[in-house]
Amino acid sequence: MVGGAPALRLRGIGKSFGESRVLEDVSLEVAPGEVVGLVGENGAGKSTLMRILFGMPIIRETGGYQGSVEVAGQEVRFRSPFDALDAGIGMVHQEFSLLPGFTAAENILLNREPLRRSALDEVFGERLSLLDRAAMEARARRSIERLGVPLDPAMLVKEMPVGHRQFTEIARELGREGLRLLVLDEPTAVLTESEAATLLGRLRALAAEGVAMIFISHRLGEVLSLCQRVAVLRDGRLVQDLPAGRTSVRGLAAAMVGREMAAATGAEPRTFPAGEPLLEVEGLWVDMPGETVRDATFSVARGEILGIGGLAGQGKLGIPNGLMGLHPAGGRVRYRGRPLPLGEPRAALEAGLAFVSEDRRGVGLLLDEGIDWNVAFGAMQVQGACLRPLLGGLLQWRSDAAMASLAAGYVKELEIRCTGVRQKAGTLSGGNQQKVCLARAFALSPELLLVAEPTRGIDVGAKELVLAALRRLNRERGTTIVVVSSELHELRSLCDRIAIVYEGRIAGHLPASAALEELGLLMAGAATAPPPEAR
Amino acid sequence: MSGARRLLAEFGLPRVIIALFLLGLFAAAPLVGVSLAASLSDTVVRFGMNGILVLALVPMIQSGCGLNFGLPLGVLAGLLGATLSIEIGLTGPGGFAAAAGISLGFAALFGLGYGVLLNRVKGGEMMIATYVGFASVMFMCMAWLVLPYRSPTMIWGFGGEGLRTTISVEGFWLRVLDDFLSVRIGEEFRFPTGLLLAFGAAAALVWGFFRLRVGTAMTAAGQNPVYARAAGVDVDRMRTLSVVLSTMLGALGILAFQQSFGFIQLYQGPFYMAFPAVAAILIGGASVSRASLVHVLVGTFLFQGILTMTPSVINSVVKADMSDVVRVIVSNGMILYALTRRPAEGR
Ligand SMILES: Nc1ncnc2c1ncn2[C@@H]1O[C@H](COP(=O)(O)OP(=O)(O)OP(=O)(O)O)[C@@H](O)[C@H]1O
Ligand SMILES: [Mg+2]
Repeated sequence: MVGGAPALRLRGIGKSFGESRVLEDVSLEVAPGEVVGLVGENGAGKSTLMRILFGMPIIRETGGYQGSVEVAGQEVRFRSPFDALDAGIGMVHQEFSLLPGFTAAENILLNREPLRRSALDEVFGERLSLLDRAAMEARARRSIERLGVPLDPAMLVKEMPVGHRQFTEIARELGREGLRLLVLDEPTAVLTESEAATLLGRLRALAAEGVAMIFISHRLGEVLSLCQRVAVLRDGRLVQDLPAGRTSVRGLAAAMVGREMAAATGAEPRTFPAGEPLLEVEGLWVDMPGETVRDATFSVARGEILGIGGLAGQGKLGIPNGLMGLHPAGGRVRYRGRPLPLGEPRAALEAGLAFVSEDRRGVGLLLDEGIDWNVAFGAMQVQGACLRPLLGGLLQWRSDAAMASLAAGYVKELEIRCTGVRQKAGTLSGGNQQKVCLARAFALSPELLLVAEPTRGIDVGAKELVLAALRRLNRERGTTIVVVSSELHELRSLCDRIAIVYEGRIAGHLPASAALEELGLLMAGAATAPPPEAR
Repeated sequence: MSGARRLLAEFGLPRVIIALFLLGLFAAAPLVGVSLAASLSDTVVRFGMNGILVLALVPMIQSGCGLNFGLPLGVLAGLLGATLSIEIGLTGPGGFAAAAGISLGFAALFGLGYGVLLNRVKGGEMMIATYVGFASVMFMCMAWLVLPYRSPTMIWGFGGEGLRTTISVEGFWLRVLDDFLSVRIGEEFRFPTGLLLAFGAAAALVWGFFRLRVGTAMTAAGQNPVYARAAGVDVDRMRTLSVVLSTMLGALGILAFQQSFGFIQLYQGPFYMAFPAVAAILIGGASVSRASLVHVLVGTFLFQGILTMTPSVINSVVKADMSDVVRVIVSNGMILYALTRRPAEGR
């Protein structure tokens, strides 16, 4: 390492939220230009540690922290993220911090807009300078190009699919001047593998320029390939801090959970009788911004697990969103042989479908309510669960006890880490929020479950748990499942068949045992294989 | 955190300060020659009088329509009920019940139209609501002049056209609620049992409503409409329903107010009805997107307490009638304060 002060030194950091102790005596150093990986189970405290470092107001509002933060040898105590930015620290948040009503370009250049001088400046200063729109777009376009992703600078953030929001956020941080330390909290969680690889390449170049980085991810392979050192948090304590060369994916996983991991189980091949399929989709189009589906045709057999893969922006996410009526859609969809009306979430839910959205904070959760409400709400509204009839059924009284016990069951089954079923969903760690979204869909006991990105932001241990829960649902309760995921490994271990979406169409179906290269070719649109057997 | 600090955090610093201020006013009252018993009695009555009007804000806040600045619409429904009941010539509890029944009918109708309108202006509800309130009051200003009312207690005495600006309810249903089972303690303290019972009943109904399946759906629709829609809730219907409920409660609220106050105030009367109610619920700790019964009860008591006590204490100190000025400053100041403290919207 180069001599001189480290870019960052955390000493004895501790933090509690009310009664619950989240961080305990964490010390960590990052040298200039060094990339340090930070891994740990869901709820281990990674995001919280980074929020402390970045001066997020939530930390001060909940009672501050113990210990000290030094940046370039100077002790700092940031009062707000602006102080952190001034000190040359950038942060890519796990939960995006973008302005939804603004475009990608505006978000990327927020507060660093190129200004056009006007007469008013002389009197009032910069605040009234005009924004130079053309220059803004050009600069944003350059930031985006450097990232190497197809992102439209003029698109409104609120209309973007999550993957594009992530790129916008990353482009914003990479474009900062005077950047000394960059914190990335699960930047690749919503990206496909090839997109993640592009990003990692860009990060390496940045590190070579002398920018230090803290990189948080649940994809351990990625962490090992990018980082020089990897620190492991477990239950709020730093339990391991080793050079990347001296550890392995298995070693990290073991350190995270504090025990040896069981090897992942693969899916055994199954065949399904060629009877009437449970779901038949013909010529489906979905107008979902950034994930347009043009003409998708496929079918799902009863009892099967179908995987849908594809690059971000090709339309794989549009399929479940369209089927559930969350975005304008059309086409011929038959469920159990009967037409399924599109554009009406209620009709889809009543027919026996359920959906775990990829946008957990937007669609998936009531952030201000407890886990109990979040889990039980759908089942209550659609199926009348957790209700007690009053006046001979005229009124339907909510049973808080029933909601709590329903939620408690899933807290146990999915190992949701929380202080109790009344903890607000907004205060759960990212991975635990994801589990609540799953529980909410499970609580509907659906016949056909659509899941988008089920393991996004979930740690290695919990990932197996979630996949196992999906598998169990399929094997024991006979639930048919459609999984949309950017992670091919996950699709291959879980699904019977994988459909790849390219440019809003199903480019082809492959068995889960197909070689990665074959899937990759389909995803890139290279293969023009005719759809196997007209289903 | 220590126990006291946690309590403070739960209750909120603004409420603690206002409560202490109110306590100070009560303590100062006897020193400047204001009767404590009469002041307390006044505060309790005004708490009951205004309670339902404040309660009327809850459904729309919960469903995500924001503060109901269009409350005058409900008030107008109440005025129609009141005047029609008098026109028919009904008196006593029967007259009051008739007024309530007629009002609810009008309120449901008005609320429906208002709700449909608000669904078209999502995001700008509060501004449109203010316009709706003002416009409907202006419209009724004309209507009161031309509607064919005949009752001599209500039309202008000298043979003019239309209804008077203030109509006394004496002889009809003055204090039907206040005096029901009311208890007199000492010379100057009267406990308006019936009024508080009515407020309590309305509060219990609202509480119950939000414990029902539909009330739960309404809360979710307000917090995250996308979530609610994905869970099969018809968000627009929930919003419309909340507006109807709010308007109906507003109508009942003004009736409870009038029977205690003694007069029906027409024309410009309903104009500023929304503001004190809004101020009260915000002081109680509600935000534009979240309100509970505790906010209603605490807020109404604190706000009405301050409104009763400040003018009388200040007047006896400075020996000049400043009550209206003080009232306006206090209530608008509270609204401003509360709106600037509105929590950040979700991303
Ligand atoms: N505002 C808050 N109030 C109460 N508890 C909180 C709050 N924010 C976080 N927590 C708790 O702190 C713990 C650590 O959360 P954190 O977000 O740091 O986890 P993480 O390591 O980033 O997990 P993940 O991998 O799931 O993102 C969790 O148990 C969470 O419930
Ligand atoms: Mg996190």
